[in-house]
Formats: sequence, structure tokens, C-alpha cells
Amino acid sequence: MQALYAQLLVGLINGSFYALLSLGLAVIFGMLNIINFAHGALYMMGAFTAYFLLHLTGIGYWWALLIAPIVVGIFGMVLERTMLQWLAGLDHLYGLLLTFGIALIVQGVFQNYFGSSGLPYAIPDYPQIGEWRGLQGGMNLGFMFLPVYRGWVVIFSLVVCLATWFLIEKTRLGAYLRAATENPTLVRAFGINVPRMITLTYGLGVGLAALAGVLSAPINQVRPLMGADLIIVVFAVVVIGGMGSIMGSIITGFALGVIEGLTKYFYPEASNTVVFVLMVLVLLVKPTGLTGRAA
Amino acid sequence: MPDPKMAEAANKPAGAEVLSVSDLQAWYGESHILHGINFNVKAGEVVTLLGRNGAGKTTTLKSVMGIIGKRTGSIRFNNEDIIRASSDRIARLGVAFCPEERGIFASLDVRENLLLPPIVRPGGLSLDQIFELFPNLKERLNSQGTKLSGGEQQMLAIARILRTGARFLMLDEPTEGLAPVIIQQIGHTIARLKSEGFTILLVEQNFRFASTVADRYYIVEHGKVIDGFANSELSANMDKLHTYLGV
Repeated sequence: MQALYAQLLVGLINGSFYALLSLGLAVIFGMLNIINFAHGALYMMGAFTAYFLLHLTGIGYWWALLIAPIVVGIFGMVLERTMLQWLAGLDHLYGLLLTFGIALIVQGVFQNYFGSSGLPYAIPDYPQIGEWRGLQGGMNLGFMFLPVYRGWVVIFSLVVCLATWFLIEKTRLGAYLRAATENPTLVRAFGINVPRMITLTYGLGVGLAALAGVLSAPINQVRPLMGADLIIVVFAVVVIGGMGSIMGSIITGFALGVIEGLTKYFYPEASNTVVFVLMVLVLLVKPTGLTGRAA
Repeated sequence: MPDPKMAEAANKPAGAEVLSVSDLQAWYGESHILHGINFNVKAGEVVTLLGRNGAGKTTTLKSVMGIIGKRTGSIRFNNEDIIRASSDRIARLGVAFCPEERGIFASLDVRENLLLPPIVRPGGLSLDQIFELFPNLKERLNSQGTKLSGGEQQMLAIARILRTGARFLMLDEPTEGLAPVIIQQIGHTIARLKSEGFTILLVEQNFRFASTVADRYYIVEHGKVIDGFANSELSANMDKLHTYLGV
């Protein structure tokens, strides 16, 4: 039983990353109509930003959670202003090729300087309150041992995902975003600066990827190819969930993480392929994905 | 608090030009749609562009709104040249547009649709005034925008631009496909807005409806304004009008 719970937890952790990343992809696809293949590289940049902050300036994990998404988000907005905006109205293929190229270049640059092995990033040991040493250590839940940091990642990711959902589905700003996804010309004719909104949306999606990168740094180490490995699975998650639905990508992200974890327990040989098998099945039955609208 | 610009607009002598379009040419991609449109709209007027399908009436409105890619000539709004301006800038100058297809957003509920266009200047209608004009909307606030009937969608499309404080409205075929009783309600609304000092540029195929609200008409054909007359000259121009519109 212990092993089952442990795999469930691993599944939830992976699900957290899937959810944060596919959420960003969904937001970006909705507004820019671009399949952002650079997402994995930007996730990796988030982790590296946390690493640089710690080793070059001494700024630790908690600040990195805030600073890395902003820094990488600004980098993303520069990409959008200088390159992606010129692809508006063109076939998806152009956006896919451009972002894929950006991903290869960014990953290549990091590999050139840091090789392919992982750099360690420690779990923060502060603030120290009573017997708590930051997010280090763990607690015994009776039925299993829960490392504090892993519990934190799942809960924090869930909160960020739900906050993003709330922002898009329930606020005024979100109404602008949904309306501009449907009919950008008309929204602009109401006096809203849609191009600026598109840039900020790309920044938001990229920021979510960078946040996931920071969260993952203490668990998976910091590696130039950490995003390249993950993003393939995330795209399968997005295909299963369907592009364009916010809640759909959150739920699908967590659910597929859990399914993967359970497969690791019950039939480990299939754990690396189960997501892709599901993707094929969903594509056969419902090509727009479980919650997706027709593109 | 009285806004100086608003007060200025209100004090404007009737007849001051709000919109003045001269030699407007416009293109959709490679196809040349407008070949030199000339007309003007004065403060407080309801001006109607009449013409057959495909004559260029909608393209004219869209050109004024700045949502046609390529346009040349001159469009002056309150004496400011807006031919090069982006559509968000034009909207912020006080031009509001109600498109032919209504443009109600499916992913927004009625309340969100209503509140979507930002306030561009003070002096717009309050929500209470809007619900007084369109009582149906109040009962449907939480419905999905596109779940409304065609008439309710048209009311919503007009209502949402009344909130913004824009005093110049462009309505593209607001009666298209609607039941007579709804058309009547929209007619009353336009008359009411006119009495409150709004300036309205209307595009209509239904000239019977237009004749109940318009002060002046322009006839658009093959991307040009070929004729124009006041409502008082309507009966004298009836024969010509029938030829122009082919009715």
C-alpha cells in the first residue's frame, strides 16, 4: 500500500507540472492561436533563473518563485513583440515552427554552457518555525510519509491553477481576454488595446511555465533539457484535454499525472506510454479533445 | 462632475460637423471596395446610408471605425483626422460601433457582454437607464450572450455601446432579420437617443424603417456616394430611390 500512495504522490506532482504547463499553453493558444513549442524551454529558463538568482546573487527560493516568472515572462513578451506578432493570421504551422526553433536555440545555448547533467537546487530550509525547517523534511500521515516539499508543490500548483482560472473566467480582465479570443477586431473597436493584451497574455502563459520550472528545480534538478523531455508529455495532455478550455487543461493535467502514477504501480512497463495510448484513443473518439472546442 | 469636452459637445451649435468623410477609398486585400466616398454627419443628426447589398455601406462604417486594412482619403471626426488611427484609438475618441452581425460574445454572459466596452468618457447611460430602454436585458443578465433571441441580441449590441459615453454611434442594419414589433422598439430607441443628443450614422436596407428615424440620406452604389437628400425631400425623390434600391 505504501508504494501505491508513493506513486499516487509522484503522479500528483507530475500532474501539477502538466497542469501548470498545459494551462499556459491553453491560454496562449486561445489568444495568439499559436502552439507554443517554446514552452518547455521557457520552463527550463524558469528553473535556471532560480538557480542563477541563488548562486549569483544569493536570492533564495521564495523570491525566485516571484522573480523568475516575471523575468522569463518579460523574455517571452520580447519574443512576442519581436517575432510572434508577425505570425498573426497565418497558418498554425508557422507559429509551431518558429517556437520550435526558439526552443532549440535556447536549449542549445544552455547546453553549450551547462552541458546536459543536472545542477542541484536545494529545497529551502527557511523560514524556520518551531520544528519546521522551511520546506525540508517530511511528515508521517499515518498511511504514508509525505515529504513537505512535494505536498507544497501540489497544493501551491493547485492554488495557482485555480487563481488563473478565476482570473480568466470571473474577472473583468478575463472577460476582455475571452472576448478577444472570440473576436479581437471588435474588442479593439471598443477601445481596448488588443495587441498589448496579447503580449501580456503570452507573458502570463510563459510566466506560468517559468513558475513550474522553479517548483520543479528542487525535485528534478536544473538541466538544459528538462523542458524538452517534459513538453512532449504535456502536448499529449493538451491533446487529450483539448485546447482552449482553462478548467479542462487543469483537470486533465492532474488526472493524467495520477493515471501515470497508478500505471507505475499496477503495470510499470506501460507507465511511460500510457499518456500517449490515451491520446490516441481520445483522438480516435473525440478529435477536439475531452473538453476542447473545435479550433 | 461635468466634463469640459462633453459640455463643449452639448453646446455645439446644431450643424457642427461631427464626421466628415472625403474621397474615402478602401480595400479588402486586393479588391478595391470603396472608390471615393464623400459625406458628412452633423451633431445631433441621424444620417442613413442606403444602397443595395455589396454597395459598400458596411465597408464605409468599418473604414470610419478603422477596421479595414487599407484605406485612403480623409476621415475627420470632430476635426481630427482619423484615417491613420488604430480602431482602439478611434473608439477612445468617442466613436461606437454596432456591427451587422451584432458581435455578441458566446463565452461571455449578458452582464459581461454589456460591461465589456470600456467607458471612454463620462456621460454614458447608466445601467438603470439602459434597463429602462431594454427591460428584457435585465431579466437575462446571467444568460450566455448567444442564448438570447435575435432581437435581444440586437438590443444588447446597442445597449453596450450606450454605456461608454461615446456620443457618435454607427449602427449597421440594426433591424435585419427582426420581427416588426422589435423593429418598432429599436425605432423608438433611436428616436430617444436622438432626442438626447446622440449623433447616429445608420446603415439600412429597410428604407421604410430608415424613413421613420433619419434626417438625411446618402445613396451608396459601387463604392461611391451617388446622391443625397434630406428627409423632407423624401417624397420628391421616391422614384429615384426606387431605381437606386431596385425595390
